[in-house]
Amino acid sequence: MATVPRKKSAPHPSPVAQPTPITHPHAQAVTKNGAQWVCDALVDLGVEVLYGYTGGAILPTFDVLADTPVKFVLTRHEQGAGHMADGYARASGKVGVCIATSGPGATNLVTALGTAYMDSIPVVAITGQVATAVVGNDAFQEADTTGITRPVTKYNVLVKDVKDLPRVIHEAFYIARTGRPGPVLVDLPKDVQVGKHTSSGVFDLNLPGYKPRVRGHTRQIELAAQAINAAQRPVLYVGGGVILSNAAEELRALAKRGNIPVTTTLMAMGAFDETDPLALHMLGMHGSAYANYAVQYSDLLIAVGARFDDRVTGKLESFAPFAKVIHIDIDPSSISKNVDVDIPVVGDAKAILEEMVPMIEHKPRAEWLSMIDQWKAKYPFTYNRQAGTVKPQFVVEQIYEATRGNAIIATGVGQHQMWAAQYYRWNRPRQMITSGGLGTMGFGLPAAIGAKMARPDQTVIDIDGDGSFLMTLAELSTAVEYEVPVKVVILNNSFQGMVRQWQELFYKKRYFATVMRNPDFAKVAEAFGVKGISANHKDQVRDAIEQMLAEPGPVVLDVHVDPAENVFPMVMAGKSLHEIEMGNVS
Amino acid sequence: MSNGNDSELARERKCVLSILVQNQPGVLSHIAGMFAARGYNIDSLVVGRTEDAEFSRMVLVTKGNELTLEQIRKQLGKIVTVVKVRDLTEQDYIERDLMLIKIHCPPEHRGQIKEITDIFRGSIVDVGPNAVIIQLTGSEEKIEAFVELCRPYGIQQLARTGVIAVQRASQIENKLPRVRPLRRRTATLPMPLGMENTGFNPTPSPVRAEEEESPLPPS
Ligand SMILES: Cc1ncc(C[n+]2csc(CCOP(=O)(O)OP(=O)(O)O)c2C)c(N)n1
Repeated sequence: MATVPRKKSAPHPSPVAQPTPITHPHAQAVTKNGAQWVCDALVDLGVEVLYGYTGGAILPTFDVLADTPVKFVLTRHEQGAGHMADGYARASGKVGVCIATSGPGATNLVTALGTAYMDSIPVVAITGQVATAVVGNDAFQEADTTGITRPVTKYNVLVKDVKDLPRVIHEAFYIARTGRPGPVLVDLPKDVQVGKHTSSGVFDLNLPGYKPRVRGHTRQIELAAQAINAAQRPVLYVGGGVILSNAAEELRALAKRGNIPVTTTLMAMGAFDETDPLALHMLGMHGSAYANYAVQYSDLLIAVGARFDDRVTGKLESFAPFAKVIHIDIDPSSISKNVDVDIPVVGDAKAILEEMVPMIEHKPRAEWLSMIDQWKAKYPFTYNRQAGTVKPQFVVEQIYEATRGNAIIATGVGQHQMWAAQYYRWNRPRQMITSGGLGTMGFGLPAAIGAKMARPDQTVIDIDGDGSFLMTLAELSTAVEYEVPVKVVILNNSFQGMVRQWQELFYKKRYFATVMRNPDFAKVAEAFGVKGISANHKDQVRDAIEQMLAEPGPVVLDVHVDPAENVFPMVMAGKSLHEIEMGNVS
Repeated sequence: MSNGNDSELARERKCVLSILVQNQPGVLSHIAGMFAARGYNIDSLVVGRTEDAEFSRMVLVTKGNELTLEQIRKQLGKIVTVVKVRDLTEQDYIERDLMLIKIHCPPEHRGQIKEITDIFRGSIVDVGPNAVIIQLTGSEEKIEAFVELCRPYGIQQLARTGVIAVQRASQIENKLPRVRPLRRRTATLPMPLGMENTGFNPTPSPVRAEEEESPLPPS
């Protein structure tokens, strides 16, 4: 029995996903309990897979779930469930869904929700709650889930009456995937799950305060196009919004037509093909020197779906000091938040770029592009290729070559994440799955599992740090149980490398609490039933990668890399982008 | 850098926001939580029913510079259950605050206190042997002026509802939305590679005039 959401106002075309499917328009009234309404809504919304963990307060829903066609994946920790839903969403563009019980189940989701929130990823979380009669009584496994998760969700709701189902579930998905996407949590008390409700399943979404804007203001688009045509040294500064709105095609058209160099943030790797001569690669703290110089010397900065994060801008007072700023973003609160914008355009990046491209004139920009080419030639990403040790950058390059640049790469957080961003060359959107805003260690493996389930046709590799990997490695069990052949490459430096680097540079080399006494990861993998491989020498690396890729099932490849290697280039804290330091190549 | 812009940017003002919200549990905590999380002040907050049972109206008084106030409005607008946000201080509006104040008042002071109360169009709503309770409505400024006059007598207790406000029925003219100066960005950049003899100027004069103002995204 399907449900039919009707909209009060004209439906907003979604920037990220399909409109809610409308089926059985003349449905008859039926009686179902809350759990059935929820599960049927999930089916109607086209949910393919649900990640989660059981518990008392969510049992009624699990009992119904067992009979639905939705694939359920039992993770080993609720955080893993949240990250898998997130990785699934990032790789597919669809809403990822996770489910957990009340109390500790819900609190274990918080990190994953925060991760999705900071990167604007559409995730819906469903949690069990104690019965409404005892909510607020400190009942067993009660937590104020909506209170705890409010700052890390786009929207959340405690369902107090079964009559609000299935509407609330449809609203949750609609909010998660439209506008600036984000996680939404629905908290379901146990009595609401078992309570009966008779309905035809026809309802209106009740969201009078939610009107995401899609089309941009035409006059603003014209002003932006004029500024682009008049600019001598324009740069496109592209953020994750371009990926979320599936605007890579339109971005490419704009860059090519206007002959405009493009730099992407960590969240936007692959939004522009990095092998293109106009690509400046990543910008910011560990971005390329040429991207950072281009931004600083630009006379027009065209920000698309980016939010001027402090890791990107460096010192704000001297960021792109001579540039006019155009900012295209769906979230008005991003505009003029950190940097004042001359020409704001609020709306969906895809719709706006589509409208703007025909207004753009082709320009040779010979002087500007040759300045950039000189920077590219003089300051490439580089490391000591002659070193006898295994340089982590070398490992990433070898993975890049072995996968011909086509793999989906997930990461943990730390040095390895930056090296992955710098040394893999991204050629398409949704290729890099990484926690940018929150910087969540432990994200890599579960996100890779979610991504692989979304894109089973693709090679999915988690390039991880030893510290990050240890945080969620229990999910190897999930990969084995559900036969998800993800590959993990650990750039094992026996350190929390990124923090060690900061201790080296800013804390007089006092390496306190950053040395990792690690297990033998290959053996750990074998114990889980996962193929484990170790590589300690440079000349073993490529073979080990090939062996990993040839293996049909999941693999953990533990590569012992040079522990002293630092991530460069680097814009030190409080410095401007043009003061970027190249480091010593040793 | 000290220039007119910076002091203008830093200048704080009072802002009265009228916020229409869905009548749902959690809305108040969402709004209060957003203010706390982002470090914004709330000077007063009043929530009440409206003519439509589905919605409540909050009147929130806050203080901040134009940058902060701009973010406050935008962040409020982002909350899913917030239907409409209006900055009443951008228009002509009427505000009222209701106060009950208990003042130490031996019989010999009653005459004076009654006189002050009358001037402010308040009313004495209770009299005890050594104290009176006065009810007063008005703008925040009026109430604060009254409180100052009462202080010498000895204030025993004071309660205020906080400000409620609505836009004036007779808008004489629409005030323009507030604008603020742009935050300046500047740096001295070195001559880039290969540009030494080309006449290229790495540090041109700023593209924007100093008096330029931040445009609001048109809706
Ligand atoms: C959950 C969490 N805790 C702490 C941090 C702070 N942190 C950032 S990077 C880092 C070290 C990461 O070490 P590892 O995963 O081994 O990666 P490496 O830097 O060595 O490549 C830490 C502790 C974080 N980002 N996330």
